[in-house]
Amino acid sequence: MDLLWQSESPLAAADVRDALPGSPAITTVLTVLTRLEGKGFVTRDRVKRPHLFGATLSRDDYMAELMHEVLTSAPDREAVLARFLGRASKSETDHLRKLLGD
Amino acid sequence: MTKVLILGAIAIALAWPVPVLLARARWTMRMPALAMLCWQAVAVAGGLSMIGALWLVSVGAAALLALHLLLNLGLTAVGTSRQRRRHRQLVELLSIPMPDRPGTRLIENEAPVAYCLPGAPRSVTVLSDGLLRLLSEDELAAVVAHERAHVVQHHHVVLMAFKAWRTALPWFPIASRAEEAVALLVELLADDDARQVVSDRVLASAVVAVAGADAAAVAPRVARLGA
Repeated sequence: MDLLWQSESPLAAADVRDALPGSPAITTVLTVLTRLEGKGFVTRDRVKRPHLFGATLSRDDYMAELMHEVLTSAPDREAVLARFLGRASKSETDHLRKLLGD
Repeated sequence: MTKVLILGAIAIALAWPVPVLLARARWTMRMPALAMLCWQAVAVAGGLSMIGALWLVSVGAAALLALHLLLNLGLTAVGTSRQRRRHRQLVELLSIPMPDRPGTRLIENEAPVAYCLPGAPRSVTVLSDGLLRLLSEDELAAVVAHERAHVVQHHHVVLMAFKAWRTALPWFPIASRAEEAVALLVELLADDDARQVVSDRVLASAVVAVAGADAAAVAPRVARLGA
């Protein structure tokens, strides 16, 4: 995936294989690329150039999506991730302020 | 008739005064496990007594309420697992496994982030390099122990159930109070697990360090650790 992100134009499976260490079998590369396509991370123009694979979005775009989910206080986030920084309600914080005599 | 009155009284008590008292209680900070049990009991008993009381008045209305609650639980479960699957794919794409820590992956990001993704066949702990720079070795151990505790104790399931309860009853303010209270309790329970690994002082400093500007949000936890 990093190769597709670094490349400016879409790559053929053979290009990907040549760039990978240990040059894996072309079928292995194709399987991985097709699976990434199934998940929506990789796209190809099935009509004009079906053999060329490109990244759907940049690495930064995906990182932004990931971090957004982790850092925003979406109410359903907690159910998905168990996160270190818990969320205290407004009433609890107010209650604590009162206790501290603020 | 008396049956309706008794069940109705129980349902009303569990829908309002009991959860309000529980949300205000101070002992819950000292005994989070017991408090968690109370919230779950109130939620289940409250739902059942409400359905029971309705059943004696009108079977149709009771069945409708039961169906509504179950349907919401199912929908929430499906939505959550879909969101979690997508998140897991993103993590696999963007992070690298940490060779010296099994089951742990590292993401390159400045923000101090630590969390555990529950899932089969095994859960994944995700740490950011911003976090590694921020925390000492001991503090990191505290954070990781805390995260693992969430998954081991199945907190995501509890939170999901309370979320479903809130979305099923949007006009019922107690449901969101309950969800908030439970969200704090799971943090306290995970803190208690982490306290067995590191000292209270180290845990408190890790909590404050990760909270950063959100320090007010973690104040109840830090106060409890005596720091």
